[in-house]
Amino acid sequence: MKNASLSPGQIVWLKLRRNRTAMFGLALLIVLYVGMIFAGFFAPEKYDHQHRELGWHPPHLTRVHLFDDEGTFHGPFVYGHKRVHPAIAEYEEHRDEIVPIDFFVRGDTYALVWVFETNVHFMGSRDPERPLFLFGSDQYGRDVLSRLFYGSQVSLSVGIIGILISMSLGLFLGGVAGYFGGRVDFVLMRIIEVILSIPGLYLILTLRQAFGQDLPSTQSYFMIVLVLAFVGWAANARVVRGMVLAIKENDYVTAAEALGVSRARIIIKHILPNTFSFAIVTATLYVPYYILSEVALSFLGVGIQEPDASWGNMLKDAQNVRNLTDYPWVLTPGYFIFLAAMAFNYVGDGLRDAADPRSKV
Amino acid sequence: MWIYIARRLLAIPPLLLAVSFITYLLLWVSPGDYFTRLQDNPAVTQEYLDTLKAQYGLDGGFFKRYFFWLLNATTLEFGYSFKYDLPVFSLLRERMSNTLLLSIVSMIASWGIAIPLGVLAAVQQGRIIDKVCGFIAFFGLSIPRVFYALLAVLFAAKTGWFPTGGMRDNVEWDDFDGWQRFLDVCHHLILPVFVIATAEMASHMRQMRAQMIETLTKDFVRTARAKGLSYWNVVWRHAFGNAINPLVTQFGYSLAALLTGSFLVEVVFSWPGLARLTVDAVFSQDEPLVMAAVMMATLMLVVGNLIADLLLAAIDPRIRLE
Repeated sequence: MKNASLSPGQIVWLKLRRNRTAMFGLALLIVLYVGMIFAGFFAPEKYDHQHRELGWHPPHLTRVHLFDDEGTFHGPFVYGHKRVHPAIAEYEEHRDEIVPIDFFVRGDTYALVWVFETNVHFMGSRDPERPLFLFGSDQYGRDVLSRLFYGSQVSLSVGIIGILISMSLGLFLGGVAGYFGGRVDFVLMRIIEVILSIPGLYLILTLRQAFGQDLPSTQSYFMIVLVLAFVGWAANARVVRGMVLAIKENDYVTAAEALGVSRARIIIKHILPNTFSFAIVTATLYVPYYILSEVALSFLGVGIQEPDASWGNMLKDAQNVRNLTDYPWVLTPGYFIFLAAMAFNYVGDGLRDAADPRSKV
Repeated sequence: MWIYIARRLLAIPPLLLAVSFITYLLLWVSPGDYFTRLQDNPAVTQEYLDTLKAQYGLDGGFFKRYFFWLLNATTLEFGYSFKYDLPVFSLLRERMSNTLLLSIVSMIASWGIAIPLGVLAAVQQGRIIDKVCGFIAFFGLSIPRVFYALLAVLFAAKTGWFPTGGMRDNVEWDDFDGWQRFLDVCHHLILPVFVIATAEMASHMRQMRAQMIETLTKDFVRTARAKGLSYWNVVWRHAFGNAINPLVTQFGYSLAALLTGSFLVEVVFSWPGLARLTVDAVFSQDEPLVMAAVMMATLMLVVGNLIADLLLAAIDPRIRLE
């Protein structure tokens, strides 16, 4: 009985810590979100910094050296690349030109954590003419790595904010419908049925279209979050309602009612906390759905607009088969979307097992 | 049972009515319409615009237009697409058959692989086959459909083994005889079907495995073994039938998603199906087309869900539908 004094949260955490895949997912998420928060710092350049003469530059990542051909140590560096012909995006390495990778270099100005203006970057090249393209560059010669960092600010936050809104709505409306029953319940359930019977992407597309296509990126971002949350709350509310119907039969609810506790307080204090483990697990497992929906919308051209970056609109370049075969690094955002979705699935699965009271500590 | 079916069927028309109203409203509030965009085109004369507007009854307000649409829709008259100037019905019929071809083949493939693999993984629990299946399942569940499809296109382009998109060879199609055409369509089907089927089968396989593992620990399985029945006989004849129930529901849901489940894969593979048509229709505000497509997909979803419930009741005698 050594667990007798642990809170439910501590028990879940203990079980989760034993789950290796879940911890791996959690570590991955921490890395991704730290990258998102300090995007400007980790990104060598600003997301819209163009090097027009260096479009479709191949990735430097696999060509990082420590020693030059004579065996002299330089620290990490890459060789300079020259364009073979101004009209063709083909490059050849120039062995006599060394571009060192420097740390804490000064470059484009950005706001660290959206507040502090600075121009110090974690790494990059000091020479503005010979930028570092670890993950290659896109057609305008913008650094893909930098755009990945800035893009994560859209793609990774959409999921969190979207699920927060839709889960709160689902908990609140599902709780109200389940607790009060009667007419409120009837109306809410019919609304939910209508929302759930329209195929998701169709509803998302028409909703998005209703706000107009040519929105600036910030507005477009909020539209996407709102649209996804609006489509997403219905399923949550239905499950929560079912749970609340069962919970409200418990004696402690009857006791609270007999004591004259207000109904709002009963719902918030006595009923909803019982649905929290469902809410947290579902939320974690549903974040990828939001991330992927943003990707789908941006991919179809009604998400975040150029020059702003999101993983979805970066992936749009890959729609062209020529780009895909000649410049396969256009797929890089796809790998990151995959990683993020996988990490959330790992953590969500782990949480579900850990929150299951039948599983042992 | 019949009363239940009748009640569920009776609930469909009001549902469709609500969905059509919401969709029409959304199209109505979205800024601009198809004709304002047409006005910007210098090649289009004002006269032509006026005739078009009169023809589609677009001079009225929201409710007038909605009832206009609704009255026609009740007689299955969905009008003409603004953009293509073709009857919406014939336009949708062709695209829908293409989508159905893709999604039905994918559905057969995914279920056909998922069920035996799920049973095998359960029987071989913890051994190498189980682990491989578990990995495939996790991969299929996590990989973004768009990205997966793009990888497949990249594979097709690099190896040249498969076409990178479309449904048939546009150059030589007219010279092909029936058999060659069939082979050509099959050739175009392989990659998109592979992408959809491997992604879809993940969840079916996982559930089949979990159900099977649970059923195999039941007493009646041990009894059957104790009577001297062979192992595989027990697995297939006794355990399987009991384990499959929840999957029947899932099967109904895949029926429901037949028209919309392959959406993004269709876009990436430029499959001439509903997806591209609907996306373009929504963006160019081709009202009659959007309305018809949404109604059709909704109907499919609702009927699919109904079939899911009925199938379950049909094979599980413990379930009584009231």
